[in-house]
Amino acid sequence: MSAQSLPHPNGNNGHTAQRRVIVCAGTGCVASGAYKVFQALVDQVRAAGLPVITEFRPEHEADAVRLNKSGCQGFCQMGPLVTVLPENLLYNKVRVEDVAAIVAETLVAGRLVERLLYVDSTTKKRCRGVEEIPFYQRQQRFVLRSCGTIDPESIDEYVHQGGYAAAKKAYVQMTPEQICQEITRSGLRGRGGGGFPTGRKWEAARSQPEGKKYVICNADEGDPGAFMNRSVMEGNPHSVLEGLMIAARAIGADETLIYVRTEYPLAVQRMRSAVKDAEARGFLGDNAFGTGRPLRCEVMEGAGAFVCGEETAMIASIEGQRGMPRPKPPFPAQSGLWGKPTIINNVETLAHAVRIVNEGAEQFRTLGTAASPGTKTFALTGHVANTGLVEVPFGATLREVVFDIGGGITDRRGKVTRDGFKAVQIGGPSGGCLTRDHLDLPLDYDSLRGAGAMVGSGGLVAMNSKTCMVSSARFFMDFTQRESCGKCVLCREGTRQMLALLDDIIEGRATAGTLELLQKLASAVQKGSLCGLGKTAPNPVLSTLRHFREEYDAHVFHKHCPTGQCKALAKPSIDPAKCKGCTACAKKCPVNAITGERKQAHTINQALCIKCGVCVDTCKLDAVIGV
Amino acid sequence: MTAKRKPEGTGRRFVKVCHILDQHNRNPARLVPILQAVQEEYRYLPQEVLTYVATALGVSPARVYGVATFYAHFTILPKGKHLVRLCDGTACHVKESVPILRALQKRLGVDEQKRLGVDDRRKTTEDMLFTVETVACLGACGLAPVVVIDDQVYGQQSPESAVKLVEALITQEAQ
Repeated sequence: MSAQSLPHPNGNNGHTAQRRVIVCAGTGCVASGAYKVFQALVDQVRAAGLPVITEFRPEHEADAVRLNKSGCQGFCQMGPLVTVLPENLLYNKVRVEDVAAIVAETLVAGRLVERLLYVDSTTKKRCRGVEEIPFYQRQQRFVLRSCGTIDPESIDEYVHQGGYAAAKKAYVQMTPEQICQEITRSGLRGRGGGGFPTGRKWEAARSQPEGKKYVICNADEGDPGAFMNRSVMEGNPHSVLEGLMIAARAIGADETLIYVRTEYPLAVQRMRSAVKDAEARGFLGDNAFGTGRPLRCEVMEGAGAFVCGEETAMIASIEGQRGMPRPKPPFPAQSGLWGKPTIINNVETLAHAVRIVNEGAEQFRTLGTAASPGTKTFALTGHVANTGLVEVPFGATLREVVFDIGGGITDRRGKVTRDGFKAVQIGGPSGGCLTRDHLDLPLDYDSLRGAGAMVGSGGLVAMNSKTCMVSSARFFMDFTQRESCGKCVLCREGTRQMLALLDDIIEGRATAGTLELLQKLASAVQKGSLCGLGKTAPNPVLSTLRHFREEYDAHVFHKHCPTGQCKALAKPSIDPAKCKGCTACAKKCPVNAITGERKQAHTINQALCIKCGVCVDTCKLDAVIGV
Repeated sequence: MTAKRKPEGTGRRFVKVCHILDQHNRNPARLVPILQAVQEEYRYLPQEVLTYVATALGVSPARVYGVATFYAHFTILPKGKHLVRLCDGTACHVKESVPILRALQKRLGVDEQKRLGVDDRRKTTEDMLFTVETVACLGACGLAPVVVIDDQVYGQQSPESAVKLVEALITQEAQ
């Protein structure tokens, strides 16, 4: 197919459509070389004789090209991503070598570079841009709306798009009561996992006697396999800061703090520069929005403790202590940081608050379900064709997310398979798994709780049929066991013993009593732990036991792993029909368990075999079976 | 707390630590950011510095040691020149990050991480060139499995490609 001509960017609609090229500079694309692509674009556009603008300007000359880096556009797997406006083309997997073609073909000659377009894996169709790519088409981007176009390091661009209008409205036109009421009416629920109504939390802190109060933004996104908050902070940091300012006004706080995970250096850097720019503009400081009220914000880096995502543990960490939780009540809204009323909200919750104040509660309620209004971002990862960040209204089904947006389940080699779906783990180490039976379950707080899982922060890990569910439960148990702060005995010791029991199952030492003990211990850990980490730590085990009992039974009673992932249960043998007696495996076997005459079929002595797998790797004829 | 006092005799040895402490007004509530800055400077938290920080902040050394050993980010042992971090978050794990870890450990001759009673010393090569660690999640799940070497992220790795990255560094160091 020959290159297709594009309509001239300054089309005949009378407007001067501005030429803009956006390079995604989220963590994923940067890792794939986005910065080099950006620099090459700057150099080569200039060399082509076109004026280059790299900073935000409300208007610019028609022939100039504005180049900017954006935050995460979500489609991390296809990065580095380059968007060309106004045609809204999306070029993916762009390398430095491709830049010349983009400049010469698209920017100068106004033609498509076909080979850089995304090819839909099912229809094999080349998609020009986000409107044609199913991954984006099926999403409703609310929080992520500007992530991916806006320059995250330009407060000017954010303000030009109407930014800080909501915070200004909150400070100048609204009373704290009105803000709390609006948030309550919107039905916004905490996006960090618990799903507690945000309005009620704010109201509880507002109604405390006046004096020192704090607002903390919880950006300690520790759930492995989740990166929603990172993307929002990297892509649109000012929206988080603005939400934080609204929350501060709503409860009457003058000090705010953003607690960011230290593993997210780019998010820390972007939030810090956003705070600095907001101070320079007078949005933060001694006289916020000219109201005479002081408002300060500090960005603090965490130090790598999952438990600090829990409110009271986070407060301890900010106070310079070990991040250990304490009993509630008193709730932080009554007595939090330094004993003062404190509210702690997730990044996404705060970003939602901005649009609720701007557009009103009714508008917000038009998306999602009655009990779970609005949208939710999910980090879709694991065995799916399209991994990345997605945002859908609450009530969307798992099928829509995994198959329509995710593009289906992939096998070990990354190919889409028809019947590969086994389960998704939702809510990370605190959540549970959903199976084929749940594919049409609407994703919202209450339906998920009913299914023994939870929305959590939004991590969605798809697993294909070759994934062993016992091993997957062990993975999460290992994580929570390591991250247990050690305060509660049942969490500290119980998780360790649960892990040992899972190891017994995986390594073939389990008996009928093991499963019973595992279940008993799980319920003891749930009851005997203080905070969310311990209370939910047994969830992955309990939910896999509930949905994949037969897999546990196979491990325990038949000493067999149905997926072949548990090496200790493997019984390798040599297929005499395939073995040509080359002796390669026998030479490599570290314990001399393989014997046989040259040019005769070999055998493996099970008593000696240590299941190291060397023979499997060595055999060129795939004659070693049973592993 | 805000007074800039200098313990006699030690002031010169810990000039950088003093500077960090002053930046944080010698406020014990700032212990976590102080230790972060100290670690940035020394690449680990030497015991004498921890004691010094405790004295300067007017808190017990046990409290400082408690915080330093609680958080995964802090290390009280020196790390190798090159820090190799393998992501073992859920997304990387299901995409088989463990064989990559094993391959790296084997190539560099560092011990497999024992589940119980992890000895940090064993994560670093004897020549102090490499430290191999796992991290829970780096948030680059779209590129799973991910290896980070000295803050440079490498996505969609295999045991072979990861070992190649390390071998390139070994060659570079040998020159």
